[in-house]
Amino acid sequence: MDAQTIIARRVARELHTGDLVNLGIGIPTLVANYVPPELKVFFQSENGLIGTGPMPEQGMAHPLLTDAGGRPISALPGACTFDSAMSFGLIRGGHVDVTVLGGLQVDAHGYLANWMIPGKMVPGMGGAMDLVSGAKRVIVAMQHAAKGKSKIVAKCTLPLTSTRPVSLVVTDMAVIAFPDGKATLMETAPGVSIAEVIAVTEAEIVIPDTVPEMKI
Amino acid sequence: MRAVSVEEAVAMIPAGASVMVGGFMGVGTPERLLDEVVRQQKSRLSLISNDAAVPGKGVGKLFDATLVSRLTASHIGLNPKAQQQMLANQLAVDLVPQGTFVERIRAGGCGLGGVLTPTGVGTSVAEGKRQVEVNGATYLLETALRAQFALVHAFLADYLGNLTYALTARNFNPVMAMAADTVIVTAEHIVPVGVIAPDHVVTPAPLVDYLITNG
Repeated sequence: MDAQTIIARRVARELHTGDLVNLGIGIPTLVANYVPPELKVFFQSENGLIGTGPMPEQGMAHPLLTDAGGRPISALPGACTFDSAMSFGLIRGGHVDVTVLGGLQVDAHGYLANWMIPGKMVPGMGGAMDLVSGAKRVIVAMQHAAKGKSKIVAKCTLPLTSTRPVSLVVTDMAVIAFPDGKATLMETAPGVSIAEVIAVTEAEIVIPDTVPEMKI
Repeated sequence: MRAVSVEEAVAMIPAGASVMVGGFMGVGTPERLLDEVVRQQKSRLSLISNDAAVPGKGVGKLFDATLVSRLTASHIGLNPKAQQQMLANQLAVDLVPQGTFVERIRAGGCGLGGVLTPTGVGTSVAEGKRQVEVNGATYLLETALRAQFALVHAFLADYLGNLTYALTARNFNPVMAMAADTVIVTAEHIVPVGVIAPDHVVTPAPLVDYLITNG
């Protein structure tokens, strides 16, 4: 199983029936593929839709029904549409139960940086700052390391997305939470040892007495 | 509301004007108005739009024609031309979190001086802004945003100018229709009064100054 699939499958287990969920671009988008059909989750698209469905069949796309990346989507029975003030009222107002976002860095205190690399990439924050400020639970779905460099850092060197710590980080190697403001290893991926996680984690990480294996 | 041709409507916009344009990645954008803005070469625009769309689509056309000198937006990452113009200092960009962006416009349209938001506290977004404590929580004071013109795209417009929107093409359009001195609207369909039921009107007719006629 590749890294992205491991991450997406594990994040999907964090969702519950009735949750209003916002999925970011990239790995987070894949999470929807692994939500079991008996789980009734509402997916929000921040451009103004609750009840986001899969990409329509060939020839069925509607130019006025897209996701936040501008790609065609469908709407499930019971879907509703609204303007951007409502959409971000839902996000900032604590009505979104879970947001899943990609990350560039998460530090030992759970602070996330995911919107720019000064001098290199200045795309803008889009909705990320509002999502991290306002959603009830913030889950970061990202690879543990990029080009051999840990993305779980001691202190973010990139500009922060929010000073509110994230709830959970799910990587291809581990699940990390931040009880008492300290990065703590909650689970390891199948076939990955605690020592291997520590070796590619720049941040100091608390290792509890028992660390179960990730169920995916 | 007055029904006008697209040429007549765009002729009212001077070079250097501040213009809000509805749409999200080019979905729900008044394309006919933007095509005419390009044809009439309205330059040095101060554009307020959620994103820079992509080249050839939506507000992306304005960057193709280098008509924008200042952009207020939440995201420009999918338009390499906007990025190039920013890096070459031809384009000043003010990046605003999307929820803050829409609330600033809403405030501008609703007679508020601004809004208090927790979004951006402790980040680079907070630089130079006042922080306000309310009941123990910290908020940024984000000021209201208005423009001289709002270019809005609706799904249905009736003969009076009542508007409804379709699916995810609604996005920023109804909010911007409140926040500009002059509101110019294109619609997918112009319909008789009564086709849009009172409960389904999203933007009331008195907010619309000009409706672009068919043809």
